[in-house]
Amino acid sequence: MKQPFEKVVEQHGGAVLRVCRVLLGAHDAEDAWSETFLAAMRAYPDLPDDANAEAWLVTIAHRKAIDVLRARKRQPVPVGEVPESPTALGVPGDGDGDLWQAVAALPDKQRQAVAYHYVAGLAYAEIAEILGGTTDAARRAAADGVKNLRKNYPGATTEGAPS
Amino acid sequence: MNMSPEYFSGPREADTLLRLRHRLGLAADAEGLLDVAYTTIDSPVGTLLLAATPKGLVRVAYDIEDHDRVLDTLAHRLSPRVLRAPKRLDATARELDEYFRGQRQAFGLRLDFSLSTGFRQLVQRHLPEIGYGQTRTYRQVAELVGNPKAVRAVGTACATNPLPVVVPCHRVLRADGTPGGYVGGPEAKTALLSLEAAGSPG
Repeated sequence: MKQPFEKVVEQHGGAVLRVCRVLLGAHDAEDAWSETFLAAMRAYPDLPDDANAEAWLVTIAHRKAIDVLRARKRQPVPVGEVPESPTALGVPGDGDGDLWQAVAALPDKQRQAVAYHYVAGLAYAEIAEILGGTTDAARRAAADGVKNLRKNYPGATTEGAPS
Repeated sequence: MNMSPEYFSGPREADTLLRLRHRLGLAADAEGLLDVAYTTIDSPVGTLLLAATPKGLVRVAYDIEDHDRVLDTLAHRLSPRVLRAPKRLDATARELDEYFRGQRQAFGLRLDFSLSTGFRQLVQRHLPEIGYGQTRTYRQVAELVGNPKAVRAVGTACATNPLPVVVPCHRVLRADGTPGGYVGGPEAKTALLSLEAAGSPG
C-alpha cells in the first residue's frame, strides 16, 4: 500500500535539497527541489509500491538539475546588483564558501556521483542507472570527485559519509 | 569540516524546507495535483485532522482515530497524492472555531461523502437536518430516512461517519437518552452535547 505523499516529502525532502544544493548551489537548488517534488507528485500514483523512493527522487532531481544548468548556459542571468559575496554557491551564513566552490568546479559527472553517493547515500549500481554507464564508472567518478575535492579543498574528509 | 551529508544541510535547512513544502502545496493545488489536502487544528475535544478533496471536506478525524492511520486510509481509498496544505481547509477551520466558541450553529461547507456509500451515506446526508441543540434517537433517524426497521444500520452509519462534528452524528442518542457510542469517544460526544445545550435558543 502506498503511503501519503506527505510522508515521502517528510522522509526525503532534506536529502533531495542537499543533493540539489551540491548540484546547483543554494539558490537554484530551491527551484530544482520544487520542480522535483511537483513532478514526483504527478507521477507518484504510478510508482511501484516496492520502489526505492529516494533513488527515484534523485533521478528526477538529476534531470531537473540538468534542465537548470542548460537554461543557465543558454541565458546568463543578468545581474541587477553586484552581489556582496564573491560566490553565489555558498549557503548564506555558513561562513565557508570554499568547499562549495570546490564542488562547483568539479566536472559534472564527478559532482553528480559525489552528490548521489555521499549526500544521498545511493549505491553505485543505482547511481550508474541515473548517470548511464557501469557501476564501476560511477564508483570511479565518485572517487575522482573526492580526490579532486581533497586537492582543491584540503579540509574535506569523507568522515561520516557512507563508504 | 567534512563533506558528510550534514555539511550540505546548511544552517537554515529546516526553515528552507518549511518554506519549500508550503510552496509545493500551493503549486500542487494550482496544477490540479492536490487530490487530498489536510491540516490539523486544536479544539476543545482534542486535535482534529481535517482533509478535503477539490470537491469538499472529506474527513474530520479525532486524535483517538490515529491521524497517521487516517492519512494512510485516505491515501489508499482516495489518492496517494496527499499533502499537508492548510489553505484548502481555511474556511473549515474558521467555521469549526466559531462552532466551538458557541458562535455558529450550522456549517456552510461543501462536503464530499466519497468515503461512505449506500445506506450509510444516505443517513449521513440526512443528519444535518437535526438542528443545533436538538437530539434524535437512532430509531427516529431510521424513520427520518424512510427505513424505520434499520435502527442498527443507522447506528453503524453514525459510527462510520467520516465527518464528525460537521455532520452531527453526536446528536443521535440511544432510546433511553444515554449518549451511546461515538467515534471521538463518549467524552467528546458529551462535550459537544453540553456545548450545544448551553448555546441553543430553546
